Amino acid sequence: MTAVISKPEGLLYDGADWDYDKIKRVYDAIEDIAVNEMGLDVYPNQIEVITAEQMLDAYSSIGMPLMYRHWSFGKHFARDEMMYRKGYRGLAYEIVINSSPCISYIMEENTMTMQTLVIAHAAFGHNHFFKNNQLFQQWTDARGILDYLEFAKAFITHCEERHGHAAVERVLDAAHALMSQGVHKYPKKRPLDLREEQKRERDRREYEEQTFNDLWRTVPRPSGSSRPSRSMSERKKLLGLPEENLLYFLEKKAPRLEHWQREILRIVRHISQYFYPQKQTKLMNEGCATYTHYTIMNRLHQKGMITEGAMLEFLHSHTSVVFQPEFDDPRFSGINPYALGFAMMQDIQRIAENPTEEDRHWFPDLAGKGDGMAALREAWHNFRDESFVLQYLSPHLIRKMKLFTVRDDAEDPYLLVEHIHNERGFRHIRKLLARQYDLGYLEPDIQIVDVDLAGDRKLILHHRVTNGVLLDESDAKAVLRHIANLWGYEVQLVEVSAVSEAVLKEHAVTAPSGG
Amino acid sequence: MNIIDRRLNPQGKSLANRQRFLRRAKEQVVKAVRDASSKRSIQDVESGDKISISTGGVREPSLHRANSGGLRDYVVPGNKEYVEGDTIPRPEQGGGRGSEGSPDGDGEDDFRFVLSREEFLDIFLEDLELPDLVKQKVKQSESFSLTRAGFTPSGSPANLNLVRTMRNSLSRRIALKRPKPAEIEELERLLKEAEERGDSEEMRELREALEHKHLRSKRIPFIDPIDVRYNRFESVPKPIAQAVMFCLMDVSGSMTEHMKDLAKRFFMLLYLFLKRRYRSVDIVFIRHTHEAKEVDEETFFYSTETGGTVVSTALEEMQRVVQERYPEGDWNIYAAQASDGDNMSSDNARSAALLRDVILPLCQYFAYIEVAAEHNMGLSALGRETELWRTYKMVQRPDLPLAMRRVRSRREIFPVFRDLFARDKVAAP
Repeated sequence: MTAVISKPEGLLYDGADWDYDKIKRVYDAIEDIAVNEMGLDVYPNQIEVITAEQMLDAYSSIGMPLMYRHWSFGKHFARDEMMYRKGYRGLAYEIVINSSPCISYIMEENTMTMQTLVIAHAAFGHNHFFKNNQLFQQWTDARGILDYLEFAKAFITHCEERHGHAAVERVLDAAHALMSQGVHKYPKKRPLDLREEQKRERDRREYEEQTFNDLWRTVPRPSGSSRPSRSMSERKKLLGLPEENLLYFLEKKAPRLEHWQREILRIVRHISQYFYPQKQTKLMNEGCATYTHYTIMNRLHQKGMITEGAMLEFLHSHTSVVFQPEFDDPRFSGINPYALGFAMMQDIQRIAENPTEEDRHWFPDLAGKGDGMAALREAWHNFRDESFVLQYLSPHLIRKMKLFTVRDDAEDPYLLVEHIHNERGFRHIRKLLARQYDLGYLEPDIQIVDVDLAGDRKLILHHRVTNGVLLDESDAKAVLRHIANLWGYEVQLVEVSAVSEAVLKEHAVTAPSGG
Repeated sequence: MNIIDRRLNPQGKSLANRQRFLRRAKEQVVKAVRDASSKRSIQDVESGDKISISTGGVREPSLHRANSGGLRDYVVPGNKEYVEGDTIPRPEQGGGRGSEGSPDGDGEDDFRFVLSREEFLDIFLEDLELPDLVKQKVKQSESFSLTRAGFTPSGSPANLNLVRTMRNSLSRRIALKRPKPAEIEELERLLKEAEERGDSEEMRELREALEHKHLRSKRIPFIDPIDVRYNRFESVPKPIAQAVMFCLMDVSGSMTEHMKDLAKRFFMLLYLFLKRRYRSVDIVFIRHTHEAKEVDEETFFYSTETGGTVVSTALEEMQRVVQERYPEGDWNIYAAQASDGDNMSSDNARSAALLRDVILPLCQYFAYIEVAAEHNMGLSALGRETELWRTYKMVQRPDLPLAMRRVRSRREIFPVFRDLFARDKVAAP
């Protein structure tokens, strides 16, 4: 054999090029750290190597490997492709799919260090989060999603062949417009259990017996004039109103839809529901993955398994990922979930392992518990962004990031700085920041409140306006048009103040013609 | 862990989505392409480029809160000097404060994306056509299409018609009474029973019968070469409308570089259009100074020459070529002429006569493009008509297929071109 420049003992790879052997070696080393040292619990992994164009493909179909066909995906592809080609925007290094096996896409252009980072980040960080966070456990079926999408794609293709592109497009357009109003926010009602029902019945009777008061019998009954309102409440009850899942309501109750149209609404609704946990845990998910890759890369470096050069390359891309521009920076566009997530994860570890006096006061249960990883795993299991911030954002981090709150009242000529990072402000800042991650607060509260089935079948929706922020008018109008297309009759949206019940604005769309 | 290499998976997964998108945005895309094409050179048209369309038809609305109004609270990082109760002047609208605001918000009035060359040309050349393509004539062996024409006993194995073959085989087997496998099995069973009973007489009979059947089934094959049938195809010549386009260009000294450039661009576009839309259109290039010559494409577009101007020579040359190669009865003849409008005064009458009496009766459509210098717009606008323009104007009658246009700048080429060849246009003035 001729002399081969041998790698130093223990080094996993050297240089920028990657091949399958190296990836395999790196994967095994990472798995060792992730599972044995960090105690992560992951779905089986599947790593797929793709090209930049395929990455764009995946982008445009909301990250899923297969998707039914719709022009909006083509639109996103066209835009992303142009941005990428002209160099305005890079591509994500990876995409990971919440499925079992957990699929991570890595791009062929990446260097070996980037592949290592991506495997640690996606195949272990995100994967652990998907498998263990209770929101995902409760709401998504990681094993079934790919099969379901396969079905959805085939079904919609079949519909297109049978009913024509235009008809399918019309339904899909409408369904997409209502996508974020197409989720169940509360767990489904469980099927009734006889024993539980009996127990409940018994409890109720006992309660009634305990609180029995004969005086109630003597209270005069309301006269017959309340009849119509009772029939109205009965009507609402029969239709399951009020209902905030607009897609669900239309799918089940719209009088003029055909079976295949209902099925399409259902598909879009299911996909929307599948993504609902991801929307609620963006901060934590990225925080978890970033913390995981950071820890793993550092351990690899400590163990002498990657070179100094690789470590520097990693640090360079890591720091640009967790960079948080300040509010007056031209690059500022909101709080970077990677930055805040990562900072909070590190902060939790710090509190658990090296608490200060202040931490002991603020987090009596957590401070000084010793095992930072265990504390993190617990947090990753139990919380979503909103509750996570509410629970774990520490004064230390608020000071470090110099967070402050600004009140923007359209009636005032100025913006008002309300709270800053001081003793008086911590709790307020934490509360407001948590609310910025609360989907229930961020998304307008829109419900179907009434429909007069016996009369003109007008569908009435209410938007309960908080803080006087109305809906975007032109978009609301366009969406109402879509709803009317599905419903088949007149649709009215009333914006009602949540405080005073006063009607602030009304939008109405007449029944679609020729339906 | 599995590693899967997906790089070789079929590309263009989103092509179907792209087509749906283009169909959806058709109206705006067509408009954008028309707008864009007026600003670009032919090379650009060939390469395809970025276009932007308004988001009107491709908006994806959703129910979301408006960007302004009401009471909002934000948490932002990086406090430097503020204390509680400080006020900040309201930033300009759209200052991007806070993390709210929809991603598909205001800044999206224009949607920009890249059209490929094919898509661009398709849209650009859509609903253009040669007017009045009527003289249909089948030209030999230009294009054939295969049609099925029954069955044949010989052919290539790929064309074997299994059903037909098996049907023949079955009828032959029935006709010749080939023993069925079931019959033989039955005999064998009986023989066995006879053997068990020890009935030698019956055994002998059965053996004979069996022998006979075996022989017969050997003699009559399951499939015989005479059963085999193949699908037969016939090539049918496709009728093609024969058309020829004459491109006449003035390259005399009076044409400035700018004018030549315009004329060449026009012909380049014409060439592109014909090549794309009519695969079998002949194109004849004629350029002239004081004498005309038929040249090839390369020379026509890229070589230079100067001299005086005698327009009639080009028309004569065209007449000669027509007589030689394109008999009027069989061909749809088109011509496009580009010139700066200068002509020898003595030649005008002759040109007019030639055009009126010889060329126009031959032609389905004759387009005259006059190129002018960009800066003397004012003069032309005042109505200083060139010699040739006036000459042709005199020839022009509503019933003659003569169209005349003036082009001053590159920007006008595309609109004029579209105007000349728009589909709804019948050979009108």
